[in-house]
Amino acid sequence: MQTAQRVSRRSSGLAELAKSFASDETLCVLDLGYTSAANIRYLTERGHKIYSEDLLIASTDPDLATVNEEGKPALDSKRFLAENLTYPAAHFDVVLCWNLADYLDESLVKPVVGRLWSVLKPGGVLLAFFHTREAGPDAPCYRYHITGADTLEMQAIEPRRETRRGPTGAVHTAIESNFRLQRVFNNRHVENLFRDFASIKFFLSRDTIREVLVVR
Amino acid sequence: MDTPKTAEVAHIGKSVMIKGELSGSEDLYIDGQVEGTIELHGNNLTVGPNGQVRANVNAKGVVVQGKLEGNIRASDRTELRKSAIATGDIITQRMAIEEGAYFKGKVDIQRDSAKS
Repeated sequence: MQTAQRVSRRSSGLAELAKSFASDETLCVLDLGYTSAANIRYLTERGHKIYSEDLLIASTDPDLATVNEEGKPALDSKRFLAENLTYPAAHFDVVLCWNLADYLDESLVKPVVGRLWSVLKPGGVLLAFFHTREAGPDAPCYRYHITGADTLEMQAIEPRRETRRGPTGAVHTAIESNFRLQRVFNNRHVENLFRDFASIKFFLSRDTIREVLVVR
Repeated sequence: MDTPKTAEVAHIGKSVMIKGELSGSEDLYIDGQVEGTIELHGNNLTVGPNGQVRANVNAKGVVVQGKLEGNIRASDRTELRKSAIATGDIITQRMAIEEGAYFKGKVDIQRDSAKS
């Protein structure tokens, strides 16, 4: 990956989560964004265990390509979930979902959210970001680095200069190009997406990203 | 640690393929393919840019530049360089990850003062 400029951003959702990170309890945290040394450092320095898994890159595995019941191209969600997010039930206290749902292929979004529900502990928290319509269809896909209790650095994911083999050995060619915003969720869509969860809290911000904290 | 010095570091070249248990009391540089287990305890392992390792690793320090699939237990330090593709759980005292490295798994930093 080429180095992209980082932009600092205040995060109200992270600020709420940071209260948990500051506790003495060892938390089990799942980071679903691109591998971030900053996130690993921030969480491990506070004594927490962090799991890192980049589902966007995993979704570019060409072996996932299939067709749906209508004969249209789709990704095989059963195979995807057999190879990713394979954790015991109720394993995590926190899931950092970032902007995954906005960029993940439509056929994977609901199955992935369902799996996230099952791997979160009851009372566990998920942090997700959603673009507003004002962001436009070319909104860059960011990776998020935690730099403080309420501060993130956003770094646009840039095209790779070369293909690479993913963990399954498959060549990931799709990540030669940028990830594209797949859809814009409004508040009702977000509520529907997380309807199996116990509660949901929206944080408005000055930019084109809404933050959501969901409790299982 | 990442530059192989033949006098001090055992070297597995990129045309070499090994299956089985590797153990030793000197630093090891792997640029070939290894499948099995690697036990170096007080010594360091470097997986070179061409290296493809499918093994659980127990060493003092581990540097990954190529591909490593397996769990890492490092008594001192683990480094994932920018070209690294690492899949597995890492238990280490210190860790460094370069921009561009791919990692899938758990990180457990074990310090003297770490919470249990």
